[in-house]
Amino acid sequence: MILFGRKLPAMSSLLVWALVWEVIGQLDLTFFIPPLSQVFVTLFGLIQTAAFQNALATTAYAFLIGVGFSVVIGIPIGILMGKTRVLDELLLPWVNIFISAPLTALVPVLMVLFGFGTKTIVITTALFAIWIIILNARAGVLQINRSLIEMGRSFGASPLDAFFKIYLWAVLPEILGGVRIGIIRAVKGVIIGQLLVSIVGFGALFELYASNFLMKEFWAVLIVLFGLAFTLSGFLSYLERKVAFYASSR
Amino acid sequence: MNNRPLLLKLLSAALVFGAWEIAGRIPISYAFPTFIESMTALLSMMGDGSIFLAYAETLKPLVLGLVISAFFGIGIGLWIGLSARFEWLFGPIFIVMQTAPLAALIPILVMVYGIGLTSKVFVVCVMAMPVIVLNTSGAVRNTPQSIKDMAKSFLASDRDVLVKIIIPAASPIIFSGLRLGVSAGFIGAILAELKITPTGVGDIISYSRSVADYPSMYAAIFSIILLAVIFLNLLEKLENYMFEGNNRGYVSD
Amino acid sequence: MAMSQIDSAAVKTAQPLVDSAVSVRNVSKKYGDVQALKDLSLEFPKGELTSLLGPSGCGKTTLLKIIAGLLPHDSGQIEVGGKTVTGPGPDRAFVFQDFALLPWANVLRNAAFGLELRGVAKSEREAIAEKYIREVGLAGFENKFPHQLSGGMRQRVGLARALSVNAQVLLLDEPFSAVDEQTRRKFQEDMLALVANEKKTFIFVTHSIEEAVYVSDQIAILLPRPSRVSEIIRPTSFRGKGVENIRRDSEYLDIVDEIWASLRSYVE
Repeated sequence: MILFGRKLPAMSSLLVWALVWEVIGQLDLTFFIPPLSQVFVTLFGLIQTAAFQNALATTAYAFLIGVGFSVVIGIPIGILMGKTRVLDELLLPWVNIFISAPLTALVPVLMVLFGFGTKTIVITTALFAIWIIILNARAGVLQINRSLIEMGRSFGASPLDAFFKIYLWAVLPEILGGVRIGIIRAVKGVIIGQLLVSIVGFGALFELYASNFLMKEFWAVLIVLFGLAFTLSGFLSYLERKVAFYASSR
Repeated sequence: MNNRPLLLKLLSAALVFGAWEIAGRIPISYAFPTFIESMTALLSMMGDGSIFLAYAETLKPLVLGLVISAFFGIGIGLWIGLSARFEWLFGPIFIVMQTAPLAALIPILVMVYGIGLTSKVFVVCVMAMPVIVLNTSGAVRNTPQSIKDMAKSFLASDRDVLVKIIIPAASPIIFSGLRLGVSAGFIGAILAELKITPTGVGDIISYSRSVADYPSMYAAIFSIILLAVIFLNLLEKLENYMFEGNNRGYVSD
Repeated sequence: MAMSQIDSAAVKTAQPLVDSAVSVRNVSKKYGDVQALKDLSLEFPKGELTSLLGPSGCGKTTLLKIIAGLLPHDSGQIEVGGKTVTGPGPDRAFVFQDFALLPWANVLRNAAFGLELRGVAKSEREAIAEKYIREVGLAGFENKFPHQLSGGMRQRVGLARALSVNAQVLLLDEPFSAVDEQTRRKFQEDMLALVANEKKTFIFVTHSIEEAVYVSDQIAILLPRPSRVSEIIRPTSFRGKGVENIRRDSEYLDIVDEIWASLRSYVE
């Protein structure tokens, strides 16, 4: 938007909303919305507490392991599916099912199988992230420019050369795109897992604050979570843009 | 070999369900029933009608939430897509909502609206609305300039451009936004039943877990995933059918 | 004034003798810091086809969209049939480079769309559209959708749509650049017949020298940085000799060579 001849930065309206929040809080309209300034004061106190740091560490740990598994398993499966037709036909229906299935329903199963701990949350996270990573890696392989491969062959590239110097780079934009969406899904997965398990990480904190009506603490944690998720996704789309230049010129 | 894809699909299903059966027979865990046990439990729940009653309960917040999300989501999305000022003000909210783990809002919703239907409808809305809004506004903004120019050069009014150009051009993307919204709404509805109060299918899952009736628990989960997948696939088929012309080569092919 | 921008030595015919359907006087247009058009003046004689020809970036499409009223200009004046242009009007119809057909509407509705926007009743506008669909050679395709047509056929729909509204001036923005060479030649022949039969004024943007010389009564050469009309050429001898003889005519060949000689230094 343009105001007084200047273009306002895209996300600057969030400041307006912060102001609205502050005003509503100051007016004391509802118990559930404390002034934003007080939430931030609480936030700075909170992030120094051991409880918060533990929750963050547990969550980050489960998140990173979960994402790690889905990347390490998902990308090779996707590439193999793109290259092998039988494998593709066998696996694709399941990938398509799980990519749109309400995976929340599986969490109770994971809880009885793997207990009420980090293991369940890691698996939930991986389940949320892996399918889109597989699907994008597969799509990347399928749409490699044929003439690029023929070019490699005509100049006498060995299969190994062809894989590392052509295939991998040609598929990279799609793979990164898949990883980005996968990671955003993983953030949701890790939180949903913790909410349902509810004795680990932020799930436990939410439970504690909600049952004791500690609204400032609750909002503070939410803001940290949303902020982290947003920063992460912004950083990932920045990375993706860096490789997008050749994705568009293929 | 015209039925090769179908054969492979059947083979693929047989492999997975077979592996499930074998893993249940070993058993890999006391809480892992076989495929046949689970399906028997599903059939008996269908036989006594209990699963249908549960679905009637589960679908209530889902349908209500989705209708509200579709109505307001498309409305807000159109507005954001058409007005730069409105986009500046409201766009960021939905972008943040899209990336943020909104499930974390559930405890607050419960505090504000209690543990009844309202909270559950809200959970569905909160999950489903952002993708509907963002798809709609993006589609409106990306209407090809040349067909808008075309309409203007033939003296279309602003209303003509909206009704005859922008909305038809955007509707495939709006529809797929709705489909993604339905998918997110399913996640929200189940989350609400598991987290807020166990009703409907969530109740079957929670109850059978607490009495260690694992076949029923797996059967309920299997059925809700099946239902969601079938419904979403039907929506996708409908989408391909309705927007055939739009999807296939338009400006550049 | 305008003469300072026009290299007067190169202008073959100073001013056309027939009266103008469209007059462009001292028009300037900036995109940010880029001067797209500077003090450009040009007359378009009534009932003739004028080509705007030049290297990419010379502002020919910008000029056409300004005449159409789709782009605002910063200064200067444009008159169509004696009236000043402030926006799109019923006196002009546009044919788009990428056809700009509605993918969700069939050929009949697409061809009648200009009339639909003018509020013409359905039966009436469809009768008019059908007539022009026949005229552009698409009879029998009324119920097909754009994705079922070839590129050339799609542009025929675009042409039928522009003809249906019965505007006095037709603006064509590189209309044949997205169709294959053989279809293009057929189009060019059809254009000549259309200009002869329709008694309308055509303004035709192209980057093909041969195409411009083949179809035009008047060719305006535009040069970039800063954009200006460098030359106006009016072929005299080969019009009316029959479509199959034009490409062998010595004047045709001379003009093509001459234009290439003056443009070649601008091609990167």
